[in-house]
Amino acid sequence: MMGLISYLVFFITIASILAIAVLGLNLQWGNAGLFNGGVVAFFGAGAYGTLLLGGDPQSDHIGGFDLIYPLALLGGAVAAGVLAWVAGRLTLHLRHDYFAIATFGVAVTFENVMRNAEGLSGGAKGLRGFTRPLEAWVNNGFTYNMLFLLVVASLLVCTYLFLERLIRSPYGRLLRAIREDEIAACSLGKNPGRIRLTAFITGSCIVGLAGGLYATFYAFVSPQDVLPTLTFQLWAMLIVGGAGNNRGAIFGTFLIWGAWTASGWGLSRLAPVEVQLYTGTMQFILIGLVIVGMLLWRPQGLFPERLVVSQSGRKSK
Amino acid sequence: MIQSLADGILVGAILSLGAIGLTMVMHILRFANFSHAELLSIGAYSALVFDALFSGILPILANKVGPFSMTWALILSMLCAMGVTGLSAMLIDRFVFKRIREKGDELSMVFASFGVAMIIRNVLGLIFGLKSQLYSNDIVFAVMVSSEPMLLIKPDQVFVLLAALLIMLMLHFVLSRTTFGYALRAVAENPSLAEVSGIRLSRVIALVWIIGGGLAAAAGVFYGLNNHINPVIGRDLVLPIFAATIVGGIGSVYGAVLGGFIVGIAASMALLVLPSGYSPAVPFMIILVLLLVRPHGLFGEPQT
Repeated sequence: MMGLISYLVFFITIASILAIAVLGLNLQWGNAGLFNGGVVAFFGAGAYGTLLLGGDPQSDHIGGFDLIYPLALLGGAVAAGVLAWVAGRLTLHLRHDYFAIATFGVAVTFENVMRNAEGLSGGAKGLRGFTRPLEAWVNNGFTYNMLFLLVVASLLVCTYLFLERLIRSPYGRLLRAIREDEIAACSLGKNPGRIRLTAFITGSCIVGLAGGLYATFYAFVSPQDVLPTLTFQLWAMLIVGGAGNNRGAIFGTFLIWGAWTASGWGLSRLAPVEVQLYTGTMQFILIGLVIVGMLLWRPQGLFPERLVVSQSGRKSK
Repeated sequence: MIQSLADGILVGAILSLGAIGLTMVMHILRFANFSHAELLSIGAYSALVFDALFSGILPILANKVGPFSMTWALILSMLCAMGVTGLSAMLIDRFVFKRIREKGDELSMVFASFGVAMIIRNVLGLIFGLKSQLYSNDIVFAVMVSSEPMLLIKPDQVFVLLAALLIMLMLHFVLSRTTFGYALRAVAENPSLAEVSGIRLSRVIALVWIIGGGLAAAAGVFYGLNNHINPVIGRDLVLPIFAATIVGGIGSVYGAVLGGFIVGIAASMALLVLPSGYSPAVPFMIILVLLLVRPHGLFGEPQT
């Protein structure tokens, strides 16, 4: 029973962290119409940034500045934002498919650099030497995980409330206006490039925050955590939940992460040993089928975006 | 230095073949197809199957062609693989991309292509196993063309380069001398006007997939001959092929050929200064430099 509960705590923690990332992605894709093909780079920037800033001093690579934890976490999110700023400045003004390719390239390059630049990231063996905040003070694994879940869940709620407010604000309307008709927005004196860039950076900071939490939870991050497949999983969560709908994004995350975990568990329990090597392979086929199936038969997701028509717009019809 | 140049030209030929199909699809259907590189895997693996089949049925085919490590069976297999891959590309379009296209969202297509890539890659892994395979287990020694500067070339590499150039030349004649070539250009320039002039859009699109798939299959077989065949060929080549397409300018077939060689040579040369671990990042750097200097590529036209 205790095992089940602690597993549940573990599951909800990871799902909530991923949900924060998917919320950030939803701002970019669901509201601004930006196809970020390299979500994992911003997730990774947050993860590496947090561990480098908050970790214990290291001899073999830079970092280990031992900052107090909230500052380190914030620093990770800022690192993701800076990466987004650079990538966005270079590519956002181009055709949307260039943007998708370029961000995909950012992710490949990020993983590659983290794997090779040992002086920066610890290389392929990853980044260790991080003491989780207050762990010594709590001194009980289970209580600590419960507390950590509480922090993650409240951050998820904060992110959700922040984004809900943001998309209902004039800024949110502007984002959707640009997504729907860029030229019309220009004619109203708006600057789509600038607005898109800010949306891209804001979304990436949120993704970076999730990355920071993820790295904190494991007190470890390695290039294995920033493979392009994570981008794909996060996308699947958003598409299934419903792009443009924050509640859908959270629901989609829990659903897909649940299905992912359950299928992994099921295959490792029930499948014959020689098939078990292919567990990941089969999981990716399943998730690929879910994506393509959703796009074919229910592209709006389980929770479609609620399009708000303004009162003046309604009257004229 | 010379060795890097020679290796780069060879890689470039393979990338060019892949980029031609991608550039046509991206131009006519207006979406970045992340699953295009998986067509190379399909080609490489179907050639592996046909090769085993042909050398089983007619052992005489299993003899080697001249000094090369490839057999007659493999050449025949490559042609069959080109057909199979072209057909699969067309079917994937019919069952997935076409139906999403009709709903009218370009970015959903990009995402669907991610999904398709993931499915193809993992299904191939499931069928053929995750281990690397080879067309031939014989070791072919490289011939020393010159010792100062050092230049080693395998006979297979010469064959691959010549075959790739021959295929591109054939494509050039198809595009510049046949009604299909004209139809293709007309559709690329203005689909509605082309339809009014009596060109069947769906037929042109299907042919573009078949040609793109066929070329990708050839590229996959050549890649397999020079390296090895594994299910992650697509993952490793997707970025270089995109880079070749962007360098050449989206929509330009000749640009894609040139782009392939530029990316191949640049990536090979870059390893002279960079540690080899960084090679997957090189195509991205090429994309970045190009987008800064000439955003619509060497031969591309600015598009909105």
